[in-house]
Amino acid sequence: MKITEAASERHVLAVMVDNEPGILAKITGLFTARGYNIDSLTVADITEDHAVSRITIVTNGPPQVIDQIEAQLERLVPVHKVTDLTTAGPHVERELALIKVTGTGDKRVEALRVAEIFRAHVVDTTTTSFVFELTGAPEKIESFIALMRDLGLVEVGRSGVVGMMRGAQGT
Amino acid sequence: MECPVTGKPASPAPSAPDPATAMSGAAILVNALIEQGVEFVFGYPGGAVLPIYDELFGDERIRHILVRHEAGAAHAAEGYARATGKPGVVLVTSGPGATNAITGIADAWMDSIPLVVITGQVPTSLIGTDAFQEADTIGITRHCTKHNYLVKDPADLAATIKEAFRIATTGRPGPVVIDIPKNVQIAVPSERRANVRTGAHRYAPQTVAPAEQIVEAVELIAGARAPILYTGGGIINSGPEASRLLRQFQDLTSAPVTSTLMGLGAFPSTHPDWLGMLGMHGTYEANMAMNQCDVMVCIGARFDDRVTGRLDAFSPGSKKIHIDIDRSSINKVVPVDLGIVGDCATVLGQLIEAWGSRQARNLGEWKARIAGWRARECLAYPDRSAKHPGMIMPQKAVERLHALTRGREPIITTEVGQHQMWAAQYFGFEAPNKWLTSGGLGTMGYGLPAAIGAQLGHPDALVIDIAGEASIQMNIQELGTASQYRLPVKIFILNNEYMGMVRQWQELTYESRYSNSYSDSLPDFVKLAEAYGWKGIRITEEKDLDDGIMRMLDHNGPVIVDCLVAQDANCLPMIPSGAAHTDMLLYGDHVDGTMDDEAKALV
Repeated sequence: MKITEAASERHVLAVMVDNEPGILAKITGLFTARGYNIDSLTVADITEDHAVSRITIVTNGPPQVIDQIEAQLERLVPVHKVTDLTTAGPHVERELALIKVTGTGDKRVEALRVAEIFRAHVVDTTTTSFVFELTGAPEKIESFIALMRDLGLVEVGRSGVVGMMRGAQGT
Repeated sequence: MECPVTGKPASPAPSAPDPATAMSGAAILVNALIEQGVEFVFGYPGGAVLPIYDELFGDERIRHILVRHEAGAAHAAEGYARATGKPGVVLVTSGPGATNAITGIADAWMDSIPLVVITGQVPTSLIGTDAFQEADTIGITRHCTKHNYLVKDPADLAATIKEAFRIATTGRPGPVVIDIPKNVQIAVPSERRANVRTGAHRYAPQTVAPAEQIVEAVELIAGARAPILYTGGGIINSGPEASRLLRQFQDLTSAPVTSTLMGLGAFPSTHPDWLGMLGMHGTYEANMAMNQCDVMVCIGARFDDRVTGRLDAFSPGSKKIHIDIDRSSINKVVPVDLGIVGDCATVLGQLIEAWGSRQARNLGEWKARIAGWRARECLAYPDRSAKHPGMIMPQKAVERLHALTRGREPIITTEVGQHQMWAAQYFGFEAPNKWLTSGGLGTMGYGLPAAIGAQLGHPDALVIDIAGEASIQMNIQELGTASQYRLPVKIFILNNEYMGMVRQWQELTYESRYSNSYSDSLPDFVKLAEAYGWKGIRITEEKDLDDGIMRMLDHNGPVIVDCLVAQDANCLPMIPSGAAHTDMLLYGDHVDGTMDDEAKALV
């Protein structure tokens, strides 16, 4: 028998939640249980009293599924608000990556030169290695990593996307 | 804490526990339950809830119902909730106590039944150490509860219970679990926090629909040539007022009404515009009308797969309006033209008001078409079984049970399977909260404990569990609970010696290879009844059917009726899996055979 799949769209969701135990498990479990995708997920508390956390989820799915994801998230008691940044209007997305590259000679010089072009910072160095810190949109980080593959890439750590609406209005 | 007058930190003296009034966590819990108006707690004691049980000891304000298995506690609480509209309360111990209750919690989750389930937990210092009778109750129940809590600080207990009841009973109702470690039950908090969480944003379900949506809905319905009201359990959950308003709205629009399994009773089955249940075992007229309507108004139902049949053939030509308190139900399965988030009763009230003094459109042509489908008499069944001509037809048994209890407003519970569908088809319901069945999860073993809960909520009502001989054995231990509390519950077993629905599907899909669906080594139900202090009645022939039912009804105490019925009877009409509303199997159709993998893969 055939199993059909519909065409997917990428969406970035900003989810404000009560910062209580188990909320992350609730959200990730909801995605698993209902067969939704998580491309990346970041979370940290954002208020002075540590009461509210902001979770940024990058997901993909057909429009009907994206709508369901938002509705299912809103149904959770500790969830205050779900904003689909992708449909809400212009927004910025940023991600932080730490990238370790080893090498000597020309490759080492070339790695540093490319890092300058990408405005990556060197946050650690030995005579045979660099750790670069790079911030930007996911595509920028991906291009940088792609270039580093030939220049001695050994390790990548990425934070996942954090997003926010452009303009004066809060989400 | 600050002193509200001086703004300085309060001295410990005012909030320090006064030995005379100081309450332990367990005492706070019991008091909070009483404050919530709880009459009954369905439970089973164990190590991690001993402090709570000690608190309940001798307390006259609350009645603890000791079940025989924690699954029974959860289902009994569901039955109580469904029959009374009040939340059901469950109290079980940690580990196996909690895991045994899971099926009932999941059942309540699927059918949106308000439950507050209190589970004991090992002391906070032992959590995570694989302690004796430790289970990660919060983790396990996370996805079958509306919300759950682990209370680690007794200062939070009172507020948590208050919020749990609010969450369980408002919006789309559902089960809420409160996991309380044993040391929290014993501790005496020096203060009590007023809220679990600060901030008003938390949990505010939308109950009133925007006015423009109401206007749009009324325009659509008023303009329809072939409208249908498709109603569900949401109307029952919304309270008796929703059923009353549904009848009033139907009267204004004169639209025909069909209902899901969960919504039976919201609209009277004796009404001329009642089409019967829809879906897999629904009536021909209900399913045809769903297929052919031009405006469908779904009120408190959720386009379950049992209702829609094959999705791409589901009501292809209609405009669809969906009224539901849960936004996630709208557009989940079937895309609709107008989704209205709100409480069924409130929105029906808004619709009635907006309808005003309009005249209903003449639906004569539509009703004539419906009459044509009705004439198919889809619920007609043969007088005699082909293989067992001497045996009672199960449909007949349900019809007689209905006829002989008419006027006594019985509360009917069921287990799950053929008997459940026959009860839905042949037992007419006139009022809400009289029909208690496990629809979403389809839990065998639901009916007996649910009947116990319903009987406690309505001590003078006639409560009958229509059961199958296989299902009833799943929570048969609860016979003892009914005996202990002198509950005159009746169990009417349609005994066909098969897990009938499984057998029917095997007949339909697997060329009658009856793999493990025969109920072998059955107990003697009459002797079993007697062993528990119940009355046992066996009915084997049709001539004794009425007499047997009357003897059951006349007995002032619990009764099991073992009604032997034709083993080969199938539950029809039926939309086979993967088929459309228009492809129903009816009596007389050839049903033996096999199916392609696509259809076999569907449930």
